[in-house]
Amino acid sequence: MEKNHDNLGGAGAARQMSPDRSDWPLWEIFIRSKQGLDHKHVGSLHAADAAMAIENARDVYTRRMEGVSIWVVESKYVHASNPDESASFYDPANDKVYRHPTFYDLPDELKHM
Amino acid sequence: MSFIEFEKTFQDKVDQDIRIEPKDWMPDAYRKTLIRQISQHAHSEIVGMLPEANWITRAPSLRRKATLIAKVQDEAGHGLYLYSAAETLGITRDEMIGQLHSGKAKYSSIFNYPTLTWADMGAIGWLVDGAAIMNQVPLCRASYGPYARAMVRICKEESFHQRQGFEILLVLSRGSEAQRRMCQDAIDRWWWPSVMMFGPSDDASPNSELSMRWKIKRFSNDELRQRFVDICAEQVKLLGMTIPDKDLKWNEASGHYDFGPIDWEEFRNVISGNGPCNKERLEARVKAHEDGAWVREAALAHAQKRAVKEEAA
Repeated sequence: MEKNHDNLGGAGAARQMSPDRSDWPLWEIFIRSKQGLDHKHVGSLHAADAAMAIENARDVYTRRMEGVSIWVVESKYVHASNPDESASFYDPANDKVYRHPTFYDLPDELKHM
Repeated sequence: MSFIEFEKTFQDKVDQDIRIEPKDWMPDAYRKTLIRQISQHAHSEIVGMLPEANWITRAPSLRRKATLIAKVQDEAGHGLYLYSAAETLGITRDEMIGQLHSGKAKYSSIFNYPTLTWADMGAIGWLVDGAAIMNQVPLCRASYGPYARAMVRICKEESFHQRQGFEILLVLSRGSEAQRRMCQDAIDRWWWPSVMMFGPSDDASPNSELSMRWKIKRFSNDELRQRFVDICAEQVKLLGMTIPDKDLKWNEASGHYDFGPIDWEEFRNVISGNGPCNKERLEARVKAHEDGAWVREAALAHAQKRAVKEEAA
């Protein structure tokens, strides 16, 4: 695990390079487009605090009723996997095709399975 | 892995249309090109609010006023999507805004022209947003993930902009003699600057080849410009107006409209700061930023105070 958000990406690192105390923190925005669906990452924005982040997210990301619920997370609290290690990180799933239903050889006459 | 191998892995991904995401390895020049392009695009959205905001208080009806406000709000939103996409590449918002205000970063030269009449709101929607859409639709497939995703959002919203502009012109074109004159005058003034929005012609555009290889760009400046001219040459007939180009003519052999020479001297002049409104636009941005400083500081102080209080409770 690597600390730092990913806007998930480089902005966290950049903020550390040039700390400007007057700069509002960065927030990652997640929106549920309708009841029954997951919240989905839509982008990021700057805000002084969580309440302002939610209001800004409403104005920036839901001007056309794209959402019924908003989550905001300050970007520095998002941890992400490292893409350079993707090969080894996801390796355990590579040789386990038997986890998929299509792996099993069954007669066509078998119905409802 | 060596640098050469990293670069090969990167280019292989691009060639296979696998998107590059913020934490993936990328060549420095790719990062720099994107930062320049995305931030200048963001600046264009923000500065682009000014010429239109000029007419909000004088819109001819409540309906026109509401739609114009909505459009200008969208431009602000587009600027924000793009700034946050650029930030994923390691530049801060403050740095970008600093570059705009110091004149180091450019924005689209089109916004350095004045909006003299209400018909300009129509011409901007039809021509300027039309040219922007032509440029932006292929960017929805740009190789850099956050940029492409921002462009998808933007393109969805731009379509309303162009339609509201054309509607304004259509109403004027069916109005009084004075309204028709105003309509034609706006088209006359916005046509050539819009044609220039596609940038220098291909043989004078040295960075294009690399951007094509990286799939930031998918079509050349001249290809997109030709497509724009072809479409507008037909659309203008619906308005019963004319395009101010005596050389504009359908070419049966090429299947495209031929058009007259572009005044690149004017283009370079406006880009380098000598357009009619360069100074005014930049001053308005700097003033807004400086006048808003106390609000940003107060909001931060309020948030910090509240955080301390919550911790104590």
